[in-house]
Amino acid sequence: MNTFRLEIVTPERKIFSDDVVFLAVRGVEGDLGIAAHHIPFVTALAIAPAKVTFPDGREKRIAVSGGFLEVRGTEATILAEAAELPEEIDLERARRAKARAEAAMEEARRRTDAEAKIAYVKAELALRRALMRLEVGGGDGA
Amino acid sequence: MAKGLRELRARIRSIKNTQQITKAMKLVSASKLRRAQERAAASRPYAEKMQEIIRSIARGAAGVRHPMLEGREIRRRGYVVITSDRGLAGGYNANLLRAFHREVAALDRDAYVVVAIGRKGRDYLVKRGFPVRDEITGLSDFPEYPDIQALAERTVRLFADGEVDALILVYNEFISPLVQRPKLVRLLPLTQEALHGSASPVGEGARPDGGRAEAPALYEFEPSPEGVLAALLPRYAEALIFNALLEAKAGEHAARMTAMGAATDAAAEMIESYTLELNRARQAAITQEIAEIVGGANALAASR
Repeated sequence: MNTFRLEIVTPERKIFSDDVVFLAVRGVEGDLGIAAHHIPFVTALAIAPAKVTFPDGREKRIAVSGGFLEVRGTEATILAEAAELPEEIDLERARRAKARAEAAMEEARRRTDAEAKIAYVKAELALRRALMRLEVGGGDGA
Repeated sequence: MAKGLRELRARIRSIKNTQQITKAMKLVSASKLRRAQERAAASRPYAEKMQEIIRSIARGAAGVRHPMLEGREIRRRGYVVITSDRGLAGGYNANLLRAFHREVAALDRDAYVVVAIGRKGRDYLVKRGFPVRDEITGLSDFPEYPDIQALAERTVRLFADGEVDALILVYNEFISPLVQRPKLVRLLPLTQEALHGSASPVGEGARPDGGRAEAPALYEFEPSPEGVLAALLPRYAEALIFNALLEAKAGEHAARMTAMGAATDAAAEMIESYTLELNRARQAAITQEIAEIVGGANALAASR
């Protein structure tokens, strides 16, 4: 199987760098599968787990909070504002974030001022991130 | 005799205590410096990679335009001034604020706004009536991206919304552990040098890079080159603010380490000179006592 080098970089550091055979991510236009020798490609990503397949068939899911994917030759790079490996996810914190986001959405729904809509969208994004972390971290996403 | 023995001893003891504190601060700063440097280095690939993509969009797709890539008439500037929260760092903050002062001396107060990062700069600027538009203080010694993200977004939005026509970073560039230099660098609109020159306006200068010789990759874009660029540019500017903050933090620890090292040395010198004075005074007291005893004995012998 042909492999390619995948790097996941956040503003703080490189969180992942390894040879993989397949990468599945969710772009803004829909789900994408990347294998080696993909054409050079750049897309914005949605808040969703990325799934990588290693040469030995193992799979790993990584929480990616939006950002960009760049593919070029035998290299792919995910630039994410935040990204976590399953073992790094603090489930307790994600659960709290989920509760907070749900409360904020509820509150924003009741408000009628000009900021309410922005607050709602922000809370929704926060909820999506929390749910993704719970999913990747193996917590109870539902 | 200048001072009593008791005063000298007390003085020496007090200087020794101070010296212990400055020495401890120096050691703490040294270890923080190492970690801060590592973090600053680890934060660079993100912005560098973004820059690569932006550059290839700008080159590959002709006619792609974005306000952040184009200069416009500058009516108002925004300065992002990064200082430390705490003092005892030598001239770290004073030098930076002086450089900022010089920059805006010729400008009207309504021709610019300031975004203050760090308590020292915030307090200074607010007290002197500078137009502080936004601020953040109380950041940790090792700030994480979420700590600064909201502020960075608001700052970049000042430019996007047209409230300012240029954003300028004012921070201490980390040159070496002994040298930090105030640096003013334009963040937005992105300059040609920032896009085509060395790695990034923030960080180390040119580095050997074999990959650069390759022909620029002609990417496919989703949703579109413009769409990707519009999403990418603000993130890039935000990342550069974060990079500058990390570099400034490394500089802060370095400055504090140097300042505390100097203070420790100065304390050692003072202890030495006071100890000498103490020994002289003690010797003088002993000599005098002997003289008195001898004088007394002689007087007794003579009267016999």
